[in-house]
Amino acid sequence: MNARIAYIASNTFREAVRDRVLYNLIAFALLLTGAAIFVGQISIEIERLVVVNLGLTAVSLFGVVIAIFIGIGLVSKEIEKRTLYTVLSRPVRRWEFIVGKFFGLAGTLAVNTFFMAIGVFAALFYVARKFEAGDASILVALYFIILEFLIICSLALLFSSFSSPLLSAVFAFSLFVIGSFADDLRGFAGMTHGATRWIATGTAYLVPNFSTFNVISSVAHQQPVGSQLILQNTLYALFYTAMALSGAILIFERRNLK
Amino acid sequence: MKSRKRTTIVATSLLAVSMMGCILLLRHIDKTRTVPLVEDSLYITSPKIVKRASLGFDGLMACIYWTRAVQYFGHRHFLRSHSYNELAPLLTITTTLDPHMLPAYQFGASFLAPSPPNGAGQPDRAIQLMEYGIAENPNEWRLYYDLGFVYYTELKNYSKAAEVFDRGSRVPNAHPFLKVLAAQMAEHAEDFATARLLWTAAYEAGYSPEIRQNALEHLRAIKVDEDVTNLQIAVTHFTQSLGRLPTSLWEVAAEENLPGFPIDPDGNPYELSVDGQVLVAEPDNFPFIKRGLPPGYKPGPPKFHSHPNDVPVS
Repeated sequence: MNARIAYIASNTFREAVRDRVLYNLIAFALLLTGAAIFVGQISIEIERLVVVNLGLTAVSLFGVVIAIFIGIGLVSKEIEKRTLYTVLSRPVRRWEFIVGKFFGLAGTLAVNTFFMAIGVFAALFYVARKFEAGDASILVALYFIILEFLIICSLALLFSSFSSPLLSAVFAFSLFVIGSFADDLRGFAGMTHGATRWIATGTAYLVPNFSTFNVISSVAHQQPVGSQLILQNTLYALFYTAMALSGAILIFERRNLK
Repeated sequence: MKSRKRTTIVATSLLAVSMMGCILLLRHIDKTRTVPLVEDSLYITSPKIVKRASLGFDGLMACIYWTRAVQYFGHRHFLRSHSYNELAPLLTITTTLDPHMLPAYQFGASFLAPSPPNGAGQPDRAIQLMEYGIAENPNEWRLYYDLGFVYYTELKNYSKAAEVFDRGSRVPNAHPFLKVLAAQMAEHAEDFATARLLWTAAYEAGYSPEIRQNALEHLRAIKVDEDVTNLQIAVTHFTQSLGRLPTSLWEVAAEENLPGFPIDPDGNPYELSVDGQVLVAEPDNFPFIKRGLPPGYKPGPPKFHSHPNDVPVS
């Protein structure tokens, strides 16, 4: 990573911290503590399941919300505050600005996820009183969640590069929901014929397939995640992120900022 | 006093008073309303729709639905209700969302199968649930054991129970007592000894205090049922020998050479009615007994004993 990208990334991270983004960790801690203590009182035999399911779901949803709501403002806010002109008047290329913003946001989410992961494991230890070998698969689920964040960050940046913050939020959130149904969309495509089939298949491959990253249920039951899936998901996330970032760079390079 | 400070004090006081007023008023309204605020209802009954709506977070949704099922059953059970209409759909949604959630099958079957008010009185739904659980988790021997239990206790279908125990005994790492149960069920299904064997196995295999507590209550009930049966035989023998009804169980114990005065597992002496029926003094202490109940007895709220780690009653 060149120095300019690193500098923009670290500033983006610092700005997110200054915007009190990490305050969500308090809500997360309260949520997990509450669940760990109270679920045992009102349910039967699922304390461990709840901590893992709720913990990982919260990590995922909190991260998605942060990625969308910060990602959509990364470019437009700089234009609105006119700070973008100061940055671009220096020897910084537009693509470097986009890539730097991406790494800054991804870094924020990685740090956020790291602290949440500590919370998940602490809550798990509180209810189970010990760690088992199967709990290691929770780390894989967390890794997949971070991969998911990379895709969402890049999508939020893509939309932010040409649209208003409100529309970007709508687009990014819609894609998150559609992406969760990507498998169904592919199944639907398989049942249709002619042009509809082509369109449905094209759409199914174009939208991000978030369901492939969701292994929360499996790891909650301490089922191992195959190394092949880890490799495939890693490559898929990298390709998709590269695709969305490339789109964002192409649009931003051509955008008239006057 | 500065104007800003005064505003702060007034606003804080107003906030506290208003909040207190809201709480008091709502408490008063709750007391005056006789109907429940929210009826038990399941707005979405299709497991597929719930799974889709969970956006992939079906594990968490399953935990929520399982908790709902537990709360629903617990509330109805406490009220000694005879209607558990939403229980089976709640369990179906739970297990569709997470087919590997074993407690939902094990406890779910024990909620569904027994007759009201101890359960929903839907053994067919319990069997359906367990068969689905076995199909999704074919290597879990405990599910076969619980399914066999439903056939044995609720449907009295001993051949089917023996068959299920036998199926379970072939699962890798199955507990050896499944083979014993299968054999015992085939030959001596209706004996107290078989019932005791089953519930002792349930007690020993139970990995949660709730399961062990339930097994313990059943073991206590078996002891009472067996005592009452034996005492009733002694009373009949006494009547036939002396040509009159005994005046008390003391008299029966002395005449029939019983080993001591008969008492229930709580230490209360059994009673004898004027028409020669042996009765349990405190039937509310034994929620699962079938014998020794006073005529017209209506069970009160379930009473469980607070010593789940006790040794089972033998």
